Amino acid sequence: MAIVRLATPLRKYSQGKPEITAPGKTLKEVIMNIDSASPGFAEKILENDEIKRFVNIYVNNEDVRLGDGLNTKVGEKDTISILPAVSGG
Amino acid sequence: MIVGLKCRNCGKRYPEEPVSICEDCFGPLEVEYDYEKIKESLSIEKIEKGPNTLWRYKDLLPVKSKVVDLKAGFTPLHKADNLAEELGLKELYIKNDSVNPTFSFKDRVVSVAVSKALEFGFDTVGCASTGNLANSVAAHAAKAKLKCYIFIPADLNLGKIIQTLVYGPNLIGVKGNYDEVNRLCTEIAGYYDWGFVNINLRPYYAEGSKTLGYEVAEQLGWTTPDRIVVPVASGSLLTKIWKGFNELVEVDIIDEVKTRVTAAQAQGCSPVVTAFLTNSEVKPVRPNTIEKSLAIGNPADGYYAVKVLKESMGTAGAASDEEIIDGIKLLAKTEGIFTETAGGVVVGTLKKLVENGEIDKDERVVIYITGNGLKTQDVLADYLPSLIKINPDLNEFNELLKKKTTVKEVAI
Ligand SMILES: Cc1ncc(COP(=O)(O)O)c(C=O)c1O
Ligand SMILES: [Zn+2]
Repeated sequence: MAIVRLATPLRKYSQGKPEITAPGKTLKEVIMNIDSASPGFAEKILENDEIKRFVNIYVNNEDVRLGDGLNTKVGEKDTISILPAVSGG
Repeated sequence: MIVGLKCRNCGKRYPEEPVSICEDCFGPLEVEYDYEKIKESLSIEKIEKGPNTLWRYKDLLPVKSKVVDLKAGFTPLHKADNLAEELGLKELYIKNDSVNPTFSFKDRVVSVAVSKALEFGFDTVGCASTGNLANSVAAHAAKAKLKCYIFIPADLNLGKIIQTLVYGPNLIGVKGNYDEVNRLCTEIAGYYDWGFVNINLRPYYAEGSKTLGYEVAEQLGWTTPDRIVVPVASGSLLTKIWKGFNELVEVDIIDEVKTRVTAAQAQGCSPVVTAFLTNSEVKPVRPNTIEKSLAIGNPADGYYAVKVLKESMGTAGAASDEEIIDGIKLLAKTEGIFTETAGGVVVGTLKKLVENGEIDKDERVVIYITGNGLKTQDVLADYLPSLIKINPDLNEFNELLKKKTTVKEVAI
């Protein structure tokens, strides 16, 4: 199962844990599986089947918006990070 | 006179704490003020009697107590007649923010953020940086006697690495681009209770850039220009200059803002410019340019920067690497100001937009030069003439002149 690292505002869906594991072959599947266990999770980060504007998701440290988005393939040992968009050099 | 924090996206209010993200919608939090109260105590006379630093505008900044002050801000506004003539503009000014304590505008935001870190009681500050922020955080942390962790892309310009190391922080070079450094830092911030100036302290940090709006208005006799050209990385600086102008109207210091805001990026990393020109959402890109200070491929405030461009009826442009180098040289040769690559982006973009008529020759234009040329000397090395060497002998010099190469030509 993939490791999912959660930003602080999402940890209420993981009993406060910064990391959880979840099954799924694509990013979308992983998110929906977490949502079945903790309803409301998907709605928090997705809108109209897209990643919300202020949310960034990385699979193995790669920004999924630069690749296949929610269809990004997820392997057994992969790490997913769900983070807020903050930056400024 | 700060009321608290407010989500820019959904409006939810938060107390004044070290948080930057709305827990409901992930939108960015922004500082909220009581402008009615500020209006009662603020006046032009009061500002003009204040210190010659950004702290002359303390009433409009989110810091209550002691400030960490390296004397940032109140930098010169040059009337740039030579560059104006070269470009065919009537009235052009340069806001030269490359002469700040650590030689970029970042001293404004960091002075506010590190002051705030002390207020919140942090013993450690940090940041993810494309370089200039690293210099400034390291310097201000030293002054404030705070511990400091700074994360930069490992392949950063040598000048910026040295200018950070000298202040004695823990400097960590991450093997990746800025967006990767930033992502790592956002994760680290979730595990350690530190004051990251551009993560959990970001709402306060960003406010420092407003002073680049106030100062230009003050230096133009409390008016705003017709046009500003601003370098864009995350988009924070641009949106906050606009906020600064508009706050001056809010507190009755000026009557109106009629400024067209123009964004400048490097062609090799121009997500904000592209979103504006194609009227679409900001899409992340992988940066590929010599311009490293602005190389943020996934700009957090890109959405709001595009909104300001539209609201102000402004525009946007991008400069190629060659135009960036030419821009640096043009500014140096016409105005005697040596800027880093971000300034090259601004001058290169200005030149293009004047040439294609998007910026009118009659406009009163202010360009923001936000970083110093000594920071990125390495990119220029291949684009300047090699040094002419002679023996200490008058005849040799006379020979050199006779070769019809005048000293002036040699120098160009
Ligand atoms: C010299 C310089 N100018 C402008 C900017 C743009 O700042 P912002 O991220 O607020 O858009 C940066 C950012 O690092 C910079 O280093
Ligand atoms: Zn919100």
